[in-house]
Amino acid sequence: MNSKSIDIEASAGKILKVREHPNQNEGLIFEKSAPGKRGMELPPLDVPAVDPVKALGSEFTRDAIEGFPEVSEIEVIRHFTRLSTWNYAIDLGMYPLGSCTMKYNPRVNEFVARLDGLATEHPEQPAEVSQGCLRILYDLQKCLLSITGMDAATLQPVAGAQGELTGLLMIRAYLQSQGNPRKTVLIPDSAHGTNPASVVIAGYEVKNIKSNARGQIDTDHLREFCTEDVAALMLTNPSTLGVFEERIAEIAAILHERGALLYMDGANMNALAGVTRPGDFGVDVMHLNLHKTFSTPHGGGGPGAGPVLVKRILEPFLPVPVVLQKEDGKFALDFNRPKSVGRVRAYCGNFGVLLRALAYTLAYGPGMRQATEDAVLNSNYIRKKLEDVFDLPYSLPSMHEVVFSDARQKKHGVNTMDIAKRLIDYGFHPYTTAFPLIVPGAMMIEPTESESKEECDFFIEAMRSIAAEAETNPELVKTAPHSTRVGRLDEVAAARKPILRWKP
Amino acid sequence: MRYLPKSPSERQEMLETIGARSIEELFQSIPEKFRLRAPLTLPGPLSEAEIIQYFQARAAENSRGYTSFLGAGVYSHLRSVVTDSLIQRGEFLTSYTPYQAEFAQGTLTAIFEFQTLMCQLTGQEVANASMYDGSTALTEAVLMAERLTGRHRVLVARSVHPEYRHVLQTYAKNLGIEIEEVGYTESGQLDRAALKQESLAQAAAIVVQSPNFFGVIEELPAMAEIAHAAGSLLVTSIAEAVSLGIVRPPAEADIVAMEGQSFGIPPSYGGPYVGVIATRDKYVRQMPGRLAGQTTDAEGRRGFVLTLATREQHIRREKATSNICTNEALYALAATIHLCLLGKEGLREQALQNLAKARFAQAELENIPGVRRVFSGPSFNEFVLEFPRSVKMVNADLLREKIIGPFALGIHYPELTKRALVCVTETTPRVEIERLSAAIKRILERPV
Repeated sequence: MNSKSIDIEASAGKILKVREHPNQNEGLIFEKSAPGKRGMELPPLDVPAVDPVKALGSEFTRDAIEGFPEVSEIEVIRHFTRLSTWNYAIDLGMYPLGSCTMKYNPRVNEFVARLDGLATEHPEQPAEVSQGCLRILYDLQKCLLSITGMDAATLQPVAGAQGELTGLLMIRAYLQSQGNPRKTVLIPDSAHGTNPASVVIAGYEVKNIKSNARGQIDTDHLREFCTEDVAALMLTNPSTLGVFEERIAEIAAILHERGALLYMDGANMNALAGVTRPGDFGVDVMHLNLHKTFSTPHGGGGPGAGPVLVKRILEPFLPVPVVLQKEDGKFALDFNRPKSVGRVRAYCGNFGVLLRALAYTLAYGPGMRQATEDAVLNSNYIRKKLEDVFDLPYSLPSMHEVVFSDARQKKHGVNTMDIAKRLIDYGFHPYTTAFPLIVPGAMMIEPTESESKEECDFFIEAMRSIAAEAETNPELVKTAPHSTRVGRLDEVAAARKPILRWKP
Repeated sequence: MRYLPKSPSERQEMLETIGARSIEELFQSIPEKFRLRAPLTLPGPLSEAEIIQYFQARAAENSRGYTSFLGAGVYSHLRSVVTDSLIQRGEFLTSYTPYQAEFAQGTLTAIFEFQTLMCQLTGQEVANASMYDGSTALTEAVLMAERLTGRHRVLVARSVHPEYRHVLQTYAKNLGIEIEEVGYTESGQLDRAALKQESLAQAAAIVVQSPNFFGVIEELPAMAEIAHAAGSLLVTSIAEAVSLGIVRPPAEADIVAMEGQSFGIPPSYGGPYVGVIATRDKYVRQMPGRLAGQTTDAEGRRGFVLTLATREQHIRREKATSNICTNEALYALAATIHLCLLGKEGLREQALQNLAKARFAQAELENIPGVRRVFSGPSFNEFVLEFPRSVKMVNADLLREKIIGPFALGIHYPELTKRALVCVTETTPRVEIERLSAAIKRILERPV
């Protein structure tokens, strides 16, 4: 520990007061290490010991790892528990990150994912002793197909971005089978950054298309751009403005007329589940983010899962293996799929995440619609209660999220990031800042269905209070947060002289 | 519904505030003809107890009560309950990617520790905040080597995990990357004689796995020399990370792509796991994925942030080093906690136990008439055996005795039918090894 951590203030009256709680001063685990300590013991070896140098040869062995931690169990518990107190979490309150769908992560999902007989299963074990795992995958596929109105699915992609890539590879394989894979994929300027990055890995060129003044796809533009070279349009619907593409049928028709396909980024499916189905409005291929709409925990940045759902024409191109039910009712993995795009990850993907998504779906059943309705209700409620103090750049009806801009606060020198950081002092996680790119100074708020009216009211109050502060005391907002363990961190210095690991 | 915190009257009140007559009005932007009229056809709703029942029923249809000798990229190792209880703290479990650093110092500090541990283990200078898994980490390492060298061919050992190679092929297909596979010798190691000079001169990287898919440890220093002499890089994949407790680290490699599942993460039928990419400092700007870095606030307090983001898709879009957004943060945290618990001595002891158990199993099984060890190279906790009859038949018989037999190599290597990859870890009791050996002996004594 550094000297500051035991900075004790002695007063005249002999009372010793620890000025800063140990939570605030926890160092790195390496700084607690001392030779000879350990936090886990193994059962004794029940076979003869082996001398590694004799067994492998000295050129293949190593000595003990220099600098590796040596700490006891209680120190590990305290260290990571203290670190955890520096995080914000859904369990603590509203997490209104637009586009991220930070909803409640049901605890029963954690429980069932850890069951003996599920967590313990090896992905290469024979199908005879994997019927339970295979049925979970099969049941989830059926549920996702029902929710999206699509025809076939792969659960293998382990993230939204990997789902995008998988979908694009299938589009390429399909078009190739028609004789020409084509060259470009159209992406609206409001799209997530993963979209263009995935397009490049699929071997396509990106062509950006501008949104119209209402933040929607400009269909005239689309007609002009959609040449014989275009393989697909990647569309997020509702868009990252939280607005449904009203001319979705026309968009699909334009693409289909020219032999191109419609890809839907399902990041915002939380606005649609149970209300409308992408398969019905012309989508050919889409991915879902199970860590968004289907409540699997973000865990500080992952794991996720990005299943891909397709229309019948794309089914032959699904990654291997495909989960199927045989005539005798047994489940199996089908590897014999000659037109498959291949494999995007080892094994069957993030089974533990898929399982949690199924548990979530079973909890709601057809009642999932209520969750969607509540999510849209919350976002419209917040919009209504804040639209008199924050600028609303696009006035179309909001679905599950609402995008304001900092235009009014900027006049006082306060920008979206400042307001976001100040929210921390009010006990909320910031909303998404500076995205989508088409809104300068964007403030993207997605409350999800998990927030009570009370929590929404607290948030509204906090936002209104910050708006007032921006006028009366902008400095207070610009220097926020004031309540966290560390203040605003110097990101420029971090990037200029990167320190990416601890050294003794 | 228990997950939804609103009463009917609150919903009504909120609708009134909005000025909507009904909830339907909030969905008016969806064209009428696309709005669902009927409820979704889904099973449920289920109460918590019913959800548990459903999954317990599924668990009972799996392999409970069986002993497994499968490894092949996924390993059953001891895990402490401490790891699982810590990663279930809501502050870790239910937090987002730490973009708002001041409010996510817990996750960021743990990632920084993870990066440090991965460097110490691999002998590399820098490691990222994690990748999806070992298969995609290897693919990303190859793409990184392509960017670093400007060359478009890779020489990939056939002894690299077949599913990893399959993922690499899927990604490489449309990127103009040519994959040339290189065979193995009787030792089970990469066949250096098969590395053609003209191929090497065009190669972005030689790609090996160590211990490789046959459980054999590769001679990495020699391989690095060959690669570097030709101006290409050495990419090393590691699927069994516990080996690093005793096996020489791949310090000579230019990029290490590792699967960290062995560090406290359950097999869970294939995921989620945690991938790692580690490399030299000078290559950091071509690395994919998130990175946590140390910095200070205005008052000089140490803190951590996600850094060097100009490599990433949310800034660079189509010019990013990768399309990856997620890392497997929760399982990077699990691996970090697990390694802190095991510590310097524990990891070494665990690795030694694996080695000893595998040697014991190998001796037991080699004793069976007609069974012989296939590769002569040094191995860690997996080894390949040849049986006098099809592995499929042997395994079918073993399954009747509640034993999940070794991995049949013929599926991926037509020349290795009748060969199987046996895995033994510290979790395999001696009596189970003896039971396997007795069972195989009995099976082979029976006429076909």
